[in-house]
Amino acid sequence: MSAVSPQDAAQAAAALIFAGFAGLTVFGAIVAAVARRLVRCVCGLALSFMGLAGLYYFLHSPFLALMQVLIYVGAICVVIMFALMLAEPHEEQISRRRELLGGAAGLLLAGAFAVALILLVGRASWMPPAVQTNGGTVQDLGRALLNRYGFAFELISALLLLAIIGALVVARSGRRPKP
Amino acid sequence: MNWLLMNESLQVYLVIGVLLLCIGLFGFFRQRTLVGMLINGELILAGASLNFMAFSHFLAPDPVTGQAFTLFIMGIAAAEAAIVLSIMIGVYRNYRSIETEDLKDLEG
Repeated sequence: MSAVSPQDAAQAAAALIFAGFAGLTVFGAIVAAVARRLVRCVCGLALSFMGLAGLYYFLHSPFLALMQVLIYVGAICVVIMFALMLAEPHEEQISRRRELLGGAAGLLLAGAFAVALILLVGRASWMPPAVQTNGGTVQDLGRALLNRYGFAFELISALLLLAIIGALVVARSGRRPKP
Repeated sequence: MNWLLMNESLQVYLVIGVLLLCIGLFGFFRQRTLVGMLINGELILAGASLNFMAFSHFLAPDPVTGQAFTLFIMGIAAAEAAIVLSIMIGVYRNYRSIETEDLKDLEG
């Protein structure tokens, strides 16, 4: 057996870590889709987003990986968990037949969709670009956000402000004063 | 296909994106509560942003495009989650339940 060069070893380690992140993403998604208790669904979602952050890292965008962990795992999952605690769904009276029906229909639809799309992915051929105008670093991203995408950037901040106000109004309107 | 180079191949990322989309669709049909449906909607959004990231890294002449788009998707998903959860709190206050089967009477 020939000696393994350090380059090959590094490549194998990278592939192994990549496979781990990809598996984490898909496994977390499956947990989020099939778990019966909603708390487990949220945990599956958080796992899936952690794996996705790893995949973003492999796509040479560590800033997006950081934002994924910060926004999705740190904010959205926690907010969903809070809402779950405020409105705890009761577990009893599960109508089995209805659930089975929904599961079968969903499985059929999603399976057909998955097979078709994966066949499409395998068949298509893409042309890599002749030149890349920049390296996709954080500096380039910041410049693009404040120049080319400046308007969309401002619109998103207005949208977030409106969402906060709207959420306050909607969640507050049903509250009755204490007698 | 060389398995050691799978993190440098566009198809692998696209297949993971497809799996996220389809698992999200399946869960959307299967879950019986509003929170469960919201969670699976987030999975579908995640599949879309992984697709954008993969295409922009491998095929776009300007790799910043996909990253900016994914950042915008994150912002919109955060706003959407806030609104949906506040609606859910309102629904729970009126119906004492967030199961979709209980929300079937209109008033007016």
